[in-house]
Amino acid sequence: MSVEEKVREIVVDKLGISSDELKPESKFVEDLGADSLDLTELIMAMEEEFDIEIDDEKAQELLTVQAAIDYIKANQQAAG
Amino acid sequence: MMPRVVVTGLSALTPVGNDLESSWNSLLAGKSGVDRLTRFDCSMYSVRIAAEVKDFDPVRFMNPKEAKRMDRFCHLAVAAAGMLEQDAHMSPESMDMDQCGVLLGCGLGGLETIEEFHSKLLKSGPKRISPFYIPLLIANMAAGQVSISTGAKGPNLVTTSACASGLHAIGYAFSDIRLGRARAMITGGVESTITPMAVSGFGAMKALSTRNDDPQQASRPFDRDRDGFVIGEGCGLLLLETLDSAKERGATIYAEVVGFGASADAYHITAPDDSGEGMAMAMRQTLREAGVNPEQVDHINAHGTSTYLNDITETKAIKEVFGRHAYDLLLTANKSMIGHTLGAAGGIESVFSIKSLYHGQVPGTINLENPDPECDLNYCSRGSVNRNINYALCNSFGFGGTNGCILFKKFEE
Repeated sequence: MSVEEKVREIVVDKLGISSDELKPESKFVEDLGADSLDLTELIMAMEEEFDIEIDDEKAQELLTVQAAIDYIKANQQAAG
Repeated sequence: MMPRVVVTGLSALTPVGNDLESSWNSLLAGKSGVDRLTRFDCSMYSVRIAAEVKDFDPVRFMNPKEAKRMDRFCHLAVAAAGMLEQDAHMSPESMDMDQCGVLLGCGLGGLETIEEFHSKLLKSGPKRISPFYIPLLIANMAAGQVSISTGAKGPNLVTTSACASGLHAIGYAFSDIRLGRARAMITGGVESTITPMAVSGFGAMKALSTRNDDPQQASRPFDRDRDGFVIGEGCGLLLLETLDSAKERGATIYAEVVGFGASADAYHITAPDDSGEGMAMAMRQTLREAGVNPEQVDHINAHGTSTYLNDITETKAIKEVFGRHAYDLLLTANKSMIGHTLGAAGGIESVFSIKSLYHGQVPGTINLENPDPECDLNYCSRGSVNRNINYALCNSFGFGGTNGCILFKKFEE
């Protein structure tokens, strides 16, 4: 499964939304209704899935689904 | 003058039915909700039976995201609150929700959540604990979630007094309305802790029946061959409101709440005071508050757990309070069919007490084949009985030596 697919899966599961609602440019808070607890849980799930660390400051910059995908791809490559 | 307080809504989710009507009909038919325990793999446990709520889908009552943010005890509470709103015809148009509180009883809270995340902590470390862990587990989240789902903005809390939690909740909700803190209260009890730790813990105390080969006969309050209670889960809710509020909105009035009593044994952490004095004090206080003589009471929905000590002590206490009239009372033990729903018990059994009062029908106590010689009252062991009831008393007693008792009266102008 690609990074995109895995991220989509996590977001759909954690935010309890349908995958039709999810677009790359979707904003977690404004478009997908996430609150601060949801955001923390999303970051944790991505850290676990991709075995990376996302510090709190960086996490606050990941506002959209695409931003999260880009960050994970860049950091996975750096690690690899 | 303190306002009169009436019951204008009822709902239940129990091991014998996923709504009040099906639960009530099961009780009248003497149908047991006890079966093999399915909530977890219990093959290594000495107790392998439970009274579970069956085929319950929280998503029928809330969206999937809300459901993910709740432990099962909150699923049950929010679902029962939704059914209560319907039964009571509650709506922001007909009721001032700023004046409506939520006071529920819950003995333990999200034990299933604690167990799940504790395993995760040991396996993967503290960084893997979800930010939802605390809001999932805290017991008062049941009241919090019900306020969110109904919009009730009055007093909001949970009482924790073990197996008397639900009853105490109703008693103190009644008091809040009488003192003018709210015009209406959503109250009752909820519990869902059929988990490895709860079954191990209660099992270690030898409190649970091990009649694993015969689940439906395992809960047998007041019977000579009883060997402990059967762990259950569920939720029972009532809407209490002032008589004025009920009349203003043309609500159906099921009963009036007329007295509440609470006491402590001050005796032992788990065993009731075998003199029955603590239980008797709670019953006497209830009658005194109501200004009712013992002879006026027709029915007692007993705590009747199917443990050796509770059933003889409760019988002794009832005889102490009611004297010769104890033998004229119709008693029943709902736990013979729904098991012991712990913190929910006082809520669920109050709902059934009110059904008995309203319909003039008392469900029987099943499995009472050979009464314990020390349990010699009329527990309706031959099945449900039809009789006009003016006053119905409901008892709950809990570990810690806590006692609660509430009296409902047939409504008259």
